[in-house]
Amino acid sequence: MSEQTENTLRTAIADAISSNEVILFMKGTPEQPMCGFSARTVAALNALGASFAAVDVLPDPRIRQELSSLSNWPTIPQLFVKGDLIGGCDIVTELYESGELAGTLGVEQPTEPAPAPPAEEDGYSSPPLEIENNLKG
Amino acid sequence: MHYPEGMPSPEELRQRIENGIPGASAEVRSVDGVHFDAVVTAPSFDGMSRIERHRLVYGLFENGELGGAIHALSLKTETP
Repeated sequence: MSEQTENTLRTAIADAISSNEVILFMKGTPEQPMCGFSARTVAALNALGASFAAVDVLPDPRIRQELSSLSNWPTIPQLFVKGDLIGGCDIVTELYESGELAGTLGVEQPTEPAPAPPAEEDGYSSPPLEIENNLKG
Repeated sequence: MHYPEGMPSPEELRQRIENGIPGASAEVRSVDGVHFDAVVTAPSFDGMSRIERHRLVYGLFENGELGGAIHALSLKTETP
């Protein structure tokens, strides 16, 4: 692996963070999360009707490696809003439950927010792995 | 429950957190020896953002340990 490729990857990650107002780096896709913590974070965003870009870190371990060194955050998922790291599953869930997440995302808080679903353990019944990142606006 | 040798135990994690953060007290649980839940209370969290508090705790672990031997560490941080 050349240094140039790593730099290119890091630049691509930084670009994705700066060009998407809300972006979630996760395991799997919003439709098929591959980890309970990613699933829970997606559920909180969906409960607020937030639109967000999502990047699956699973197809290439270098994505996670470069992301973590860029963000100084060791775990996945990672939610960024307007270029700033908001946190992982625990922080997003806390912000959702306290009602702060809607403000962070700039969306309306539903009158009766549904509680975030409980985190499930790893090991969703292995759906086919998507190779391409799922970037959507 | 029995924790395999070489694998971190909730007790080890508790000690590591309490030794690493002055005045901290931690409650650590794990149902399977690889996924951990921790509630950490520390006076030094006062005035820190959630992100800063989590980074302080994450910083007590080796590079690659979180996501490795410790599959997941769910954190709740509080001030006394």
